[in-house]
Amino acid sequence: MRIAGKGLIDRTKPVSFTFDGKRYSGFAGDTLASALMANGLRLVGRSFKYHRPRGILTAGPEEPNAMVEVLDGASQSPNTRATVQEIYDGLAAQSQNRWPSLRYDLLSVNDLAAPFLSAGFYYKTFMWPRAFWEGLYEPLIRRAAGLGRLKPQNETATYEKAFAFCDLLVIGSGPAGLMAALTAARAGADVILAEQDSVMGGRLLSDGGTLGMPWVDATLAELRALPNVRLMARTTVVGAYDQGTYAALERVGLHLPAAPHLPRESFWRIVAGQAILATGALERPIAFDNNDRPGIMLASAALTYLNRFGVVPGQKVTLFANNDHARQAVRQLMAAGVQVAVILDSRADASTVEECPVYLNAAVTDTQGRHGLTEISGTHAGGAFKIATDCLLMSGGWNPLVNMACHQNARPIWREDIAAFVPHPGMVPGLTAAGAANGAFSTHAALREGADAAIAALTDLGRTATAPDLPQAEDAPYRLQPLWAVPGKGRAWLDFANDVTVKDVKLAAQEGYTSVEHMKRYTTQGMAPDQGKNSNVSALAVLADATGRGIAETGTTTFRAPFTPVSIGAMGAGGQGAGFAPQRYMTSDQASRDRGAPMIEAGLWYRPSYFPKPGETTWRQSCDREVLMVRSAVGVADVSTLGKIDIQGPDAAQFLDFVYTNTFSTLPVGRVRYGLMLREDGFVLDDGTTARLGDTHYLMTTTTAAAGQVMRHLDFVHQAYCPKWQVRFISVTESWAQFAVAGPMAKMLLNALLDQRIDDFPFMTYGEVSVEGVKARLFRISFSGEEGYEIAVPTVYGEALFRDLLAKAETLGGCAYGMEALNVMRIEKGFITHAEIHGRITAFDIGMAKMVASKKDCIGKAASQRPGLMGPDREQLVGLRPITQTEIGAGAHLFNPGDKAERVNDQGYVTSVCWSPVLESYLGLAFLKDGRARHGQRVRLVDHMRKTDVLCEVTDPVFLDPEGAKLRA
Amino acid sequence: MPNLIAKSALFARTPLTLSGTTLAEAQVGTITSVAVFPGKLTKVKKTLGVFPAPNSVAGNLIWTGPEQVFVLGSVPDLTGLAAVTDQSGGWAALRLSGPKAADVLMRLYPLDLRAAHFPKDTCARAPLGHMQSILIAEEAGFLILIFRSMARTAWHEIETALQALTARTAAAL
Repeated sequence: MRIAGKGLIDRTKPVSFTFDGKRYSGFAGDTLASALMANGLRLVGRSFKYHRPRGILTAGPEEPNAMVEVLDGASQSPNTRATVQEIYDGLAAQSQNRWPSLRYDLLSVNDLAAPFLSAGFYYKTFMWPRAFWEGLYEPLIRRAAGLGRLKPQNETATYEKAFAFCDLLVIGSGPAGLMAALTAARAGADVILAEQDSVMGGRLLSDGGTLGMPWVDATLAELRALPNVRLMARTTVVGAYDQGTYAALERVGLHLPAAPHLPRESFWRIVAGQAILATGALERPIAFDNNDRPGIMLASAALTYLNRFGVVPGQKVTLFANNDHARQAVRQLMAAGVQVAVILDSRADASTVEECPVYLNAAVTDTQGRHGLTEISGTHAGGAFKIATDCLLMSGGWNPLVNMACHQNARPIWREDIAAFVPHPGMVPGLTAAGAANGAFSTHAALREGADAAIAALTDLGRTATAPDLPQAEDAPYRLQPLWAVPGKGRAWLDFANDVTVKDVKLAAQEGYTSVEHMKRYTTQGMAPDQGKNSNVSALAVLADATGRGIAETGTTTFRAPFTPVSIGAMGAGGQGAGFAPQRYMTSDQASRDRGAPMIEAGLWYRPSYFPKPGETTWRQSCDREVLMVRSAVGVADVSTLGKIDIQGPDAAQFLDFVYTNTFSTLPVGRVRYGLMLREDGFVLDDGTTARLGDTHYLMTTTTAAAGQVMRHLDFVHQAYCPKWQVRFISVTESWAQFAVAGPMAKMLLNALLDQRIDDFPFMTYGEVSVEGVKARLFRISFSGEEGYEIAVPTVYGEALFRDLLAKAETLGGCAYGMEALNVMRIEKGFITHAEIHGRITAFDIGMAKMVASKKDCIGKAASQRPGLMGPDREQLVGLRPITQTEIGAGAHLFNPGDKAERVNDQGYVTSVCWSPVLESYLGLAFLKDGRARHGQRVRLVDHMRKTDVLCEVTDPVFLDPEGAKLRA
Repeated sequence: MPNLIAKSALFARTPLTLSGTTLAEAQVGTITSVAVFPGKLTKVKKTLGVFPAPNSVAGNLIWTGPEQVFVLGSVPDLTGLAAVTDQSGGWAALRLSGPKAADVLMRLYPLDLRAAHFPKDTCARAPLGHMQSILIAEEAGFLILIFRSMARTAWHEIETALQALTARTAAAL
């Protein structure tokens, strides 16, 4: 029911939304909870375990009951707190954890079975027989478990992440936060004020006190006008991390209909010099039998609904409280014309002077009303009572929101005078609590602490600030007598969200789970989406009582980030689709795609797999043709992805000798040498060719896969072992587009484009040339076994040269070739890639032990000579040919003929396979135990996954042209 | 004269303007890396006239690492003093200018890029999302040097951030 003249909602802007398919209306400024309440709905959800009917308990992000699914186009957000979700035109929400409907929920049968479902039920019941666990119990439990549903599609909504920096981060915009921000802002500090609510002001918006909206509005106006202040509403700071870093979640578009590119949420990382925790306090419920019915809510929540939203939660209200403060709620409700039946004060010595009856020494012992409260009963100083009421407000006092202060594992301290935990200084370096979060509950105290905390924080930052004049505000003492649970025989809820009752906590203690951490895990208290915000302190007080210890001694469980739930989409913002990883494109990319080449990912690069010609329907047809064309005419391939590192300096030669196993100081200028590089542990890191461009100038190439790794390795070696050497290096991978030109007509093709013909350009030679007027680098190297060249031009000319090379190659009966053909040709030649040098391979294994020069030292040399890294027990690189032509696959394992194909008989494994159109055979490269001594023998190749079992002959890994006649032609 | 057509990384890409903020490919000419050999800094400084402090730009010299700069334009002879390497084609240059430039990039860079904290002629080697880059503050925005092969991804990332900020403005947030 709405109350005229109350609330900060805009009554000129009606908003239409649906809940469980039914249309309702509210006003701009309403939350879903306030709008449902205004429409007279009390039943809004079902509890997790017992499926009990539930209503709205709170008015903030701590809400344990009123959780709904919001349907937004393709997505569905479960466990959305109706107390946080603002309404907008077209909002569609539905209740969750019920079937078939909210009112008639079949699983509410659990409620009747409650005597069997106490804490530890699952642990005790599903212990045996053991065999039933995986097959029967777990699937059954999983089906019933979980809260809310997701759509099975992947998330398509937009999320954002962002970084922010400030001198002072103020968390919360109540009296303490506003005053802190104002103090720091006036002193010129760079301030971020973050508020989880859509409107700033915190409790000043809802407590109906004397310091009301005019002061809030004036303060916000001043802050807004200052260039050094950033106000972030709808932004919940969710975690405190090292070095003054805070995580925050901003609800950007969740209160609006979806719009293109508008993020739903933004995940912020805020780096602050200092921070002030002004998060206020949460009112705590009291546990009594059946205290969870719709219509029972916190007194402060009713105050918020009245003052903030102009809604009252009932027609005939009652209050059950243990403190003075809670009476504000009923006083203001009465002033607004709502009937208040009675105030039930648990204290014996409280005042009875109110505009309604007050019972002292009172306790509510039971309630009635299945889908909404109708009646309460209990005792008081004068006897028993039974009162008809549709709204019972409760207040067990206040818990400062210490959560964030605990995020680095420090524990809060217990203050007996306010019966609450408070933070102590230094729990999170640079974070200071102020106001109610620090246990200072009056508005005046909050204002003063806010100002003081800001001055202290700025002093730490080397700035000076002075406190603004504090406005007049209430400074009433906080009088309370602790009351956690009313004794009773029924179920009295502590944790509404996870259905944990006083009985469950006592049972945990009785069964030996006396540590608060054990009690938590045994009962699941505090493990629901609200993370125990409403129940932690009460539950541990009950535990303390049950175990005869004090509350301080019992201690708290660990408060961890995030403070409120964070959607995975927000944390992964930017990582959807193309945002997952950078895409690297070669200069030939468009030319390859123009020819219909399917692209495959090689690291982050996209490389053409093959170039289909008209009529070719399978990759094998294209690949076979490309291989044959290269071997008979000429082929062109973009090899720009190989790492290229420019190394210069008087000590460059010495440096290369140190990182390569073989010697480069003896390499003449203008020559190229193949090099092998080891890791420090002696295993092969990478291989490639290095050219000597000048006396003190080398160009190293690496494999595509290990380009970054090699660069990092060189940096490490240089910085750690020889920082004084006169050598510098830099990646030039991106600076040069490089193309392999291979085949018997390679030279003919090059000469058609080069400005000066090459005639005598022997194998492993480097030279500077000019191609179509552009200075280029020419290398005579071959990864195909053919007469091969690689020509490099500055990247800007890459596409043009590639297209020209291709046109000329086609004229000669050649073609472009892709990764498939490249792979076939290197297997035919027994050249290794990272399929072979996969990290567990030594130079000995690949038959390159002699490349580890004996006359000099190099990185990894000593380690490579450790026992076990050489010898007949090692699996060594061999070639494999099936005896009868059958397709073989990489990953298959090798066995001796006659042995069972089992792990213990394993002789090795296959790393690369291909169909060789030249040799008309399947070929494989493999590592075989003592393989080099077994050429000519037979092994069984068994692929358990592809279900193949092929007898193969072991051969030398070089299948084609072992003398290298073509290569050197 | 070259007979090959030179194409920049984002050849013919139309600049994108949203919220008065423009993303465009920039042409910065030749880029040369000058990496000083140990002990030769004084001589290099003398030859170049100036050597920028870490994270700063001095004229056409951009600091890119310890005793290393990128020079835009011509470089005097530094034989024996520094490793001089042509980097021209290896980098794509993107220029983001306008009122939202810093906000956009603070979606992608974990740096405080507000003018008071990252003023003109400041530079940093910093990650743009997952990509290593060189970020330079200019008069009205930023110049970003990124590996040429990743230029399209860089454009996409910046475009996405700019679109999101623009959508916020449209929603009056």
